[in-house]
Amino acid sequence: MTLSSEPRFILATDVGSTTTKARFFGKINNEWRFLASGEAPTTVEKPVEDVTKGVRNAVREVEELTGHKILDDSSEELKFIMPYRGGREGIDIYVSTSSAGGGLQMLVAGVVKTITAESAQRAALGAGAIIMDVLSVDDGREPFEKINIVRFLRPDIVLIAGGTDGGDVTHVKEIAEIIAMAKPKPRFGASYKLPIVYAGNKDAREDIKKIFPRDYFDLRIVDNIRPQIEVENVEPARNMILELFMEHVMAHAPGYEKLMKLVSTDIMPTPAAEGLMIRTFAETRKVNVLGVGLGGATTNIYSYFDGRFLRTVSANLGMSYSIGNVLKEAGIENIKRWIPLDLDDDVIRNIIYNKMIRPTTIPMTLTDLIVEHAVAREAIRMGFNHHKYLARELKGVKKERTISDIFEEVREEETYIDMRRIDYIIGTGGLLSRAPRRSQSMMILIDAFQPVGFTYIMQDSVFMIPHLGVLSKLYRDIAIEIFERECLVPLGTVVAGRGSGDIGDKIADITIEYNDGRKESFTLNFGEIKRIDVSQDTEVTVTVSPTKYFDFGAGFGKRISRKIRGGVVGLVFDGRGRPVISLKERDKQINLLKSWFKSMRLYPENFEEMTTQ
Amino acid sequence: MSEESFAYTPGLAASPMTLVTKIRSLPVKGEILVDKGQKVDFDTIIGRSVLEGAPYIVKVSEMLGVEPEEVSRYMTVKPGDRVKKGDIIARYTAFFGLMKREVAAPIDGTIENINELTGHVIVRELPKVVEVTAYIRGIVKDVIPGEAAVIQTPAAYVQGIIGFGGERHGEISLAVSRPDEVLDEKKIDESYAGKIIVGGSFVTYDALVKAQKIGVKGIIVGGANIADIERIIGYKIGVAITGRENMGFTLILTEGFAKLAMSDRVFNILKQNEGREAAINGATQVRAGVIRPEVIIPLEESYIKEEIETKESDKVKIGSIVRVIRYPYFGAIGTVVELPVELHKIETESPVRIVKIRLSDGRIITVPRANIEIISSE
Repeated sequence: MTLSSEPRFILATDVGSTTTKARFFGKINNEWRFLASGEAPTTVEKPVEDVTKGVRNAVREVEELTGHKILDDSSEELKFIMPYRGGREGIDIYVSTSSAGGGLQMLVAGVVKTITAESAQRAALGAGAIIMDVLSVDDGREPFEKINIVRFLRPDIVLIAGGTDGGDVTHVKEIAEIIAMAKPKPRFGASYKLPIVYAGNKDAREDIKKIFPRDYFDLRIVDNIRPQIEVENVEPARNMILELFMEHVMAHAPGYEKLMKLVSTDIMPTPAAEGLMIRTFAETRKVNVLGVGLGGATTNIYSYFDGRFLRTVSANLGMSYSIGNVLKEAGIENIKRWIPLDLDDDVIRNIIYNKMIRPTTIPMTLTDLIVEHAVAREAIRMGFNHHKYLARELKGVKKERTISDIFEEVREEETYIDMRRIDYIIGTGGLLSRAPRRSQSMMILIDAFQPVGFTYIMQDSVFMIPHLGVLSKLYRDIAIEIFERECLVPLGTVVAGRGSGDIGDKIADITIEYNDGRKESFTLNFGEIKRIDVSQDTEVTVTVSPTKYFDFGAGFGKRISRKIRGGVVGLVFDGRGRPVISLKERDKQINLLKSWFKSMRLYPENFEEMTTQ
Repeated sequence: MSEESFAYTPGLAASPMTLVTKIRSLPVKGEILVDKGQKVDFDTIIGRSVLEGAPYIVKVSEMLGVEPEEVSRYMTVKPGDRVKKGDIIARYTAFFGLMKREVAAPIDGTIENINELTGHVIVRELPKVVEVTAYIRGIVKDVIPGEAAVIQTPAAYVQGIIGFGGERHGEISLAVSRPDEVLDEKKIDESYAGKIIVGGSFVTYDALVKAQKIGVKGIIVGGANIADIERIIGYKIGVAITGRENMGFTLILTEGFAKLAMSDRVFNILKQNEGREAAINGATQVRAGVIRPEVIIPLEESYIKEEIETKESDKVKIGSIVRVIRYPYFGAIGTVVELPVELHKIETESPVRIVKIRLSDGRIITVPRANIEIISSE
């Protein structure tokens, strides 16, 4: 397909696990604008089993809202009017991402859990995969246990790493043998050969070919992911995974063969596209960024820190299909610490599990909304812990950890992500984008990530980061232009200190200097939040003089001064400490939450009356 | 424009009479034991297959302290040999028998492979025979040799929203008289042993315990507390993939978690079929290839053509009969009177596409379009 050098109208879709989202962009008065969105349930399931139906429904909504003709109705099959024909007719570019049918599901394996298996995980995650299990020689499971686990998984692709080039070949062959013996069944039918990507010791390649017979496996060999212990080379494995995703996984999903003919560039897994956009933004601005894609089934966390990009996905932490699992993993007490309502535990549980079984419904009452927002904080918090677990320096020898450790707090010194040096936090996903008040999504992101120092918080206005990510493969400048101007909503800067104290104790003196010479000074006490209206266009100088028990980025007790901007929410001075204080007595915790919610104007003034009805 | 605008809202099937077809597949290729046209009952074995046992790796070279390529020399068994747990399968002796190392079989099984690349020996568990039943009473409509049998029957058919426990069958028996009645332990007695109980809006924890004790086959009810169900199952549910719970009976919720009156339509179908035998299955998968739990009540009557109601192409139109599926109007049924295109703010302040519904008492309520299911588009 030839690309227009100067496109006028661009259509992008994301075929999600629940909803297909169409986004429509156009060049109006020489500037790229987001014009409209349309959404419809994804039609990958029985009885429809054809994703193009959902795409058509979503695009139809765009047509209704804009009056711009996109669908070629003369064709029974989905077809777009391409190229643009002038007036309100046609588009130049169509791109798409997909995470339907559970996304790209992978099994990864390596020899040593914290070395090659960890690198293999990073490669698979970078390609947008959900990791079903990680096998390694030292994972503490007996070979027969591993075989039993693998036998019943239905991965789309298996990635095998292990051994440095020139090193020992025994162990990587052993792990390969386990997989070959278990013969995992692919998700799509018996005629499908299971793709295996081998990215281990190059000296074992010939033996690996013997271990995986051609009549059952589709073996692809790429460069070693850890050619030397201190070198990680994930790109070849990641590119091969993306190639196989298109060739095998997408081609076997119902209706995708039709969609693949329509797109101007390859369909990308949604998280890979989302990560690409966040990475492109961080690289362009030369900043450290944390991002979260809070989806229905999964939570994706992205970081770009000192030039290092990492994506992780927590496969069973999400806001619809996996919402029950967030409660299960976090526990009811962790959910309740964000709910300032006197609700029975059963009521909270039932609200959460009803969302799980009817994932497309939306909260209609404030109580339901507040409960969902509480779950969102915990989903991101646990997803970020998982992320920090993989955001570590490459090491040859590491402390033993089990997979269940990923949901526990990762000690700061173990991750290279220094919260004091995070410049931006970007949130995306249905729940954040649809939060009725922007202050709600800002607060969810602050509570979940608990940034320290000065951090600018932004969110996706209308879920479109994946759309722009896949577009950036074709038109980087257009994607960046839309991303910065139309996609990101500037919520504001949060200023927070590390440390702990007693409620009401002074933690810092703060001065705000405005450009017009005005000065505003106040004391921030422990346990409180102060929000000040400052717009995105206003730059102010904030000076924080903390007590010796608090660190606002320069060290404990060290004064720090920064020029910062506000946003639609403003400046948030967070005096709740790190980790955010949580009181054991329920009544006191509820009052504390109410005071935070009030400072942030999180819910309507009379939310207490509204939720006791 | 409002005529054209619609919301796709999949509904759960509930039909007093439909044609149910079940493909009963063997887990792996095997033997189908029924013939086309044959009458089958719930328990009729339609086929059987042999499941390969799990393989165990025995690291013989490491255990004996010999090189992988030497392993064959020390084996006391050969591929294809049957072994019992504890049988010696490899032996290394040196210094005239003074130094002896032996490797025992870890399981009962068959020696499958002696690998000289890795020095490992594979012992495979003995095969297991798996039998598949017809699940429903009906006629074998078709046979796929070695793979599956297709069973068909006219039946009353109801889908639930989530279930726990697998395939079972038993006589339908009503323990309540109204769909909004609570099923507590007082309503369950010994006479329900082996039966499928129909409850109303809610089943209590004590009722679940009693049902388990008495040995009921199943409970079909509007709602229950998730925490009560988890107590009975013995572990916490994470994602909505169920059906393998082992609690002695099958539980099907037609509405959801909490006290939620069973829809009249479903209640009436079950009531009309009281005394008849039904097949039930709690298997649910909300994600990727939606599976909902089901109740199939085979009917003797000659088949009246009415497809199982799949609501995939239904559109909400003015005049459609819909049912609200989320609090605070859960279960309310009414007629669509307005479908505005523009977004409306609801209580949460979210701007959403809404639908206005007239209830039977004349009240008009506004709900997000995402929170309704279609009962009828006529």
